[in-house]
Amino acid sequence: MRRLHLLFVVLLLSVVGLSVAWYKYDVLGFPITPDRETETWTVEAQIHLETGSAPASVRFALPSDPPHYTLLDEGFVSRGWGLTTQSRGEEREAVWTKRTPEGNQTLYYQTTVYRDQEEVQPSPYPGPADPPELEEPLKSAAESFIEDIREGSADIETFATLLVKEVNASRPNENIAAFLRPDATETERTRLAIRLLAIARIPARMSHGVMLTDEGRNLAPTTWLEVHNSRRWVPIDPRSGKVGFPRDFLVWWHGDMPPLETAGLQDATLSFATSRSLRDAVETAQLQSAIADSRLIDFSLLGLPVDTQNTYRVLLLVPLGALIIVLLRNVIGIRTFGTFMPVLIALSFRETQLTAGVILFTLIVAMGLLIRFYLERLKLLLVPRLAAVVIVVIFLMAVISVVSHRLGLDTGLSVGLFPMVILAMTIERVSIVWEEHGPADALVQAVGSMIVAALAYLVMVNAHVAHLFFVFPELLLVILALTLLLGRYTGYRLTELFRFRAFRTLAHVNRPPRDGER
Amino acid sequence: MAINWPISPRRLRELGIVGMNQRNGEYIAGMNPRRYYPLVDDKLLSKELATESGLNVPALYAVIRSPHEIRNLPKIMAGHDEFVIKPANGAGGDGILVIDGRQSDAPPVFRKASGKPADLDEIGLHLSNILAGAYSLGGRPDVAMIEYRVQFSPLFEKISFQGVPDIRTIVYRGYPVMAMVRLPTSHSDGKANLHQGAIGAGVDMAKGYTLDGVAHNRHITHHPDTHEPISGVEIPGWQYLLEMAARCGDITGLGYLGVDVVLDRDLGPLILELNARPGLSIQVANGEGLRHRVERVDRHIDYLDRRETAAERADWSRENLAPMNL
Repeated sequence: MRRLHLLFVVLLLSVVGLSVAWYKYDVLGFPITPDRETETWTVEAQIHLETGSAPASVRFALPSDPPHYTLLDEGFVSRGWGLTTQSRGEEREAVWTKRTPEGNQTLYYQTTVYRDQEEVQPSPYPGPADPPELEEPLKSAAESFIEDIREGSADIETFATLLVKEVNASRPNENIAAFLRPDATETERTRLAIRLLAIARIPARMSHGVMLTDEGRNLAPTTWLEVHNSRRWVPIDPRSGKVGFPRDFLVWWHGDMPPLETAGLQDATLSFATSRSLRDAVETAQLQSAIADSRLIDFSLLGLPVDTQNTYRVLLLVPLGALIIVLLRNVIGIRTFGTFMPVLIALSFRETQLTAGVILFTLIVAMGLLIRFYLERLKLLLVPRLAAVVIVVIFLMAVISVVSHRLGLDTGLSVGLFPMVILAMTIERVSIVWEEHGPADALVQAVGSMIVAALAYLVMVNAHVAHLFFVFPELLLVILALTLLLGRYTGYRLTELFRFRAFRTLAHVNRPPRDGER
Repeated sequence: MAINWPISPRRLRELGIVGMNQRNGEYIAGMNPRRYYPLVDDKLLSKELATESGLNVPALYAVIRSPHEIRNLPKIMAGHDEFVIKPANGAGGDGILVIDGRQSDAPPVFRKASGKPADLDEIGLHLSNILAGAYSLGGRPDVAMIEYRVQFSPLFEKISFQGVPDIRTIVYRGYPVMAMVRLPTSHSDGKANLHQGAIGAGVDMAKGYTLDGVAHNRHITHHPDTHEPISGVEIPGWQYLLEMAARCGDITGLGYLGVDVVLDRDLGPLILELNARPGLSIQVANGEGLRHRVERVDRHIDYLDRRETAAERADWSRENLAPMNL
């Protein structure tokens, strides 16, 4: 019953801890490794206006949930203009208005995006396209062209690909030659492809976007074709018929319309500028969760002031150190001075580095022991003796720092970072064990403590581990679950297999003396 | 010498050896309610408890509770040339000072068990260290007890070196389950602690004979200092000793208890100390695991419909828990 209860708690803790961590990793995009940077793009749209005297209004299409990308933030620079953003169908747009514009003006829209999905998200089927009304003989020509394409294709995607290739062929099929001027623009060819697809009742639409290039200037939008395969919109290059968007293509708006519509202006030109930047992955994930309006992020450690954050970076490692102690003491059976003293020593090793830490620590404890044994001869009372040891320890630390600095060894300076009360207590405990149980016992426990501290240090100093527990503090629940589980471990400790090894022969030796034998 | 390989956990389990984790997790945590711990951890309390129940303990001469009482030392010592000073909450035999004689009267100088002299200043310092908590668990302030020094019976004289041999009995749910005699050696400096090098000799539960011994987890048949065979020494009044141990289980309310008894030349068995966390070396001394015996007690108690008296329990243990052939 108690066992079942425990298993339930352990399972619950692990599931909660792991699933929250997984959600943060998978959905919110928190990185599991440190120092990972994500590539983000800053895209800036510049709208140059030549205004007249009439009240002006500018309608500009804004990107809205583009495939593959997520918008992290956006901003408008438009001094003196009234600005509203509104949606029109699935599209989003900004409307700037001004009653008395003067001279040339420039409006800016800036957004930061980053690529977060490889798959295009499914979208509902808009229904079969309405075939355009065509007159004979164009109608039969188009129908026989469609028939030809259908013969050579397997599904909607290959159909569209073949069709686009035909439309772009240098010597087009005679059946569609009538639809095309030889000098037709890309947009016109795309528009034709959409009309022809509509004859086959395949829904298709035009998309426009920006090719993201680092330090790109004066970029013009590129037109793309999308056909709906009844599950999702499949992008098709209207020039080559290749399926899919290029990797760095940011879809800005959909539909056969200009991105910019103006009223009351003499002229307006639109251009895009893009630049690439690397941003800390944690920061990106934080922004994204804020956009996704995730409650989790409100309770994240990342929201704390930076120096508090740094405290927790260290503090969150203590549970892991504690788990290691539990493992080494209860499963391996290493004996240490004090229960959690090795974790505290390990924490101070973080500042001094391992080798220097072990050497300095051993040095101070050894010297402190000599002093302690001398103080023993003076027959002091316990508390004054402890105080005397603390004083001597601090003095020794100062001496070590000064001497090592003189010798040009800067690691010696970090000796001041050892918690000196821990040092004094260690010295006191070592000396008591030394006196009561002999030097062998004291050495065994001292070496045990050092091994545990070094192991705990090696785990805790690992940048991946520190990052993992700071960004995913819910993993502490998993640590707690493991600790609870180990709390019910009643099997043998590894060292007991050595302690009780006499039983390999012993069990047959101790027989009660038989009657008459003695 | 062949490499001394570790034993396999499977074999240990077969032999019924109890490990630290099982002892702590199942016997101590399961059988010993925390609220009863002070009864055994505080030797003063357990001494009072045992006296009330009519069990024999070394007589208490005085209790030093605060530093200013140390001044009364000469008055306390007046009638006693031999005595033992121990902390009431000491752990593992730490902080015990044995005085076995008086070297001079004015000023009073005593002789320690090691033969070295100790004047009142030194004894006073030891007392104040005890009061400050130098030997107590967690360094809490403590109380010092001054009590009768046991005149140990010559029974184990041939197989011990200085010090006081004692008999440790493990009592499980009121039933004595296993016992050993702890014999000091020159290596253990006259102390009866196994991890300091004392010999643990198993005891046949039925008759109270010593069996072979173990030192440093190794099987031995003869005492390293006296070269006498360890096995075959009969403990007198074995039944009475087991009854005393069984009654300690009753008075403390602990289900897993170690009872340390010394044999006094004149007074017979005296309870020296009770232990809520008795060690596991007793298994090595007896060459047998505790678990089979403990399980036998569990089955026996399940079968009973009443609580047996201490004498009945000692009888049952003697009949049923003698070393078994495995």
